[in-house]
Amino acid sequence: MDAVFLTFILMLSIFLGFELITKVPATLHTPLMSGANAISGITVVGAIGLAGTGQQDLSNWLGAAAVALASINVVGGYMVTDRMLAMFKKREG
Amino acid sequence: MESTQLLIQLSYVVAAGLFIYGLKLLGSAGTARRGNLLSAIAMLLAIVAALLDQGIVEYQWILIGFVLGGVIGAGAARLVQMTSMPEMVALFNGFGGMASLLVGVAAIATATGTFTLVTIVLSILIGGLTFTGSMVAYGKLSERIGSAAIVFSGQQIVNSLIVLGILASAVMFCIEPANAQWLYLVIGLSLLFGIMAVIPIGGADMPVVISLLNSYSGLAACAAGFAINNNILIVAGSLVGASGIILTQIMCKAMNRSLSNVLFSGFGSAGGPAEKVEGEIKPISVDDAYYILEAASNVAIIPGYGMAVAQAQHVVKELTEILEKNGTEVNFGIHPVAGRMPGHMNVLLAEADVPYDQLLEMDDINPRMENVDVAIVIGANDVVNPAARESEGSPIYGMPVINVDHARTVFVLKRSMASGFAGIENPLFYKDNTRMLFGDAKESIGGLIREFGN
Repeated sequence: MDAVFLTFILMLSIFLGFELITKVPATLHTPLMSGANAISGITVVGAIGLAGTGQQDLSNWLGAAAVALASINVVGGYMVTDRMLAMFKKREG
Repeated sequence: MESTQLLIQLSYVVAAGLFIYGLKLLGSAGTARRGNLLSAIAMLLAIVAALLDQGIVEYQWILIGFVLGGVIGAGAARLVQMTSMPEMVALFNGFGGMASLLVGVAAIATATGTFTLVTIVLSILIGGLTFTGSMVAYGKLSERIGSAAIVFSGQQIVNSLIVLGILASAVMFCIEPANAQWLYLVIGLSLLFGIMAVIPIGGADMPVVISLLNSYSGLAACAAGFAINNNILIVAGSLVGASGIILTQIMCKAMNRSLSNVLFSGFGSAGGPAEKVEGEIKPISVDDAYYILEAASNVAIIPGYGMAVAQAQHVVKELTEILEKNGTEVNFGIHPVAGRMPGHMNVLLAEADVPYDQLLEMDDINPRMENVDVAIVIGANDVVNPAARESEGSPIYGMPVINVDHARTVFVLKRSMASGFAGIENPLFYKDNTRMLFGDAKESIGGLIREFGN
């Protein structure tokens, strides 16, 4: 049942994603991509659970490495996107 | 459900909503920055919620991971040059993929049931090929390795064998999860496949590859979400997956090629017999170019990757201002695949303070081209090649291009007569209304600015 439920979520999000992204203008495609990149760092949420089990086993180390890698994505992705978007200005007047 | 668990799940729901609303705000340049901020808040919320989980008894490794990743990410985000954004995005895609692979492997210890095992294999597979694929893309973009397509005979067969190997070892892993050799085989072959999939793709096709890898990094997160039964990973991952797929589609359409053609053909590596173009090249001096520009009332600038390489965006902006002061209307025509990633030119010009409403998409600038006195092509080649319209034998025939040759005069700023990235002859250079301004783009434009100053 869990599997069906998760697949259901998957299907809805994909359609929603298509609807949202097709509306993004070409001029914002690079920030969109780096922003999406930051969102894909969501893996960090999964990695946290694996890195904090307190058992000094392989899973734990792998989880910690995943936290580090995904954090690069999250922090770097959001910061660089913000830096880019701050540069986009409209013609004055 | 006990109350902490409920709180965590509710936070995920709110985070998902914020991600979605953030992406919606990214749909317009005026609200995009706020959208990104909302998305970052959603991420923070999801992370805090995850930290509340009672399965977590030890925080030190999480903290070390955070600090390490955060410092590296923040440093990279502050230091990266806008011209190098494609490389950075490629690297980050790779890290995302690797993280999903690691989560997949770590989840094996607690996995129950075939469905979970299948999703674990998926997250390892997609994560692994995203990682190595992105590293190769990074190497090509930063020119640490040759950016040309690498093709060899029997490539398709080798790749097919790898895919079969992945399938076989994946099935065996699901049957015998305790036997680690199947796991290692899946990991190894996925990593190998990522390399093999990207080496036959040439530098000019990088916008497609980056978009696709972007999509994969999302899908990998999505698969990891299935593996550890976490719905926020699925929602966020599939949003990214959808985003990457749409960008991939846009890029392919802008090159008039199918995705499979981009992925498997090794475009621009072999190349058919070059068509001989009749005509004469007419160079122009900065002096003469100045007189024509000075009299022009409507100028269109078409930038390409060469502008990024020459770091010419700031002098271009300066020239634009001078022309506008002179009463000339100036617009920019941006081809979807100009540069090495979607929207690359727009970011470079935004960095140079060119307002985004001055940047016209191909479909907006083409109908105006007849009224343009001077079209200035800066470091672009294939995206303004009239052969795409005129010569059926050309490899880029049918690709939508910016019709600069319809302008009264065309200036092409170019280093030398070498053909473009794709190695295709460009009849534009031989047209009657085309003048070649040879030299470094930054210096040529600097020269024009000095002429206006005199």
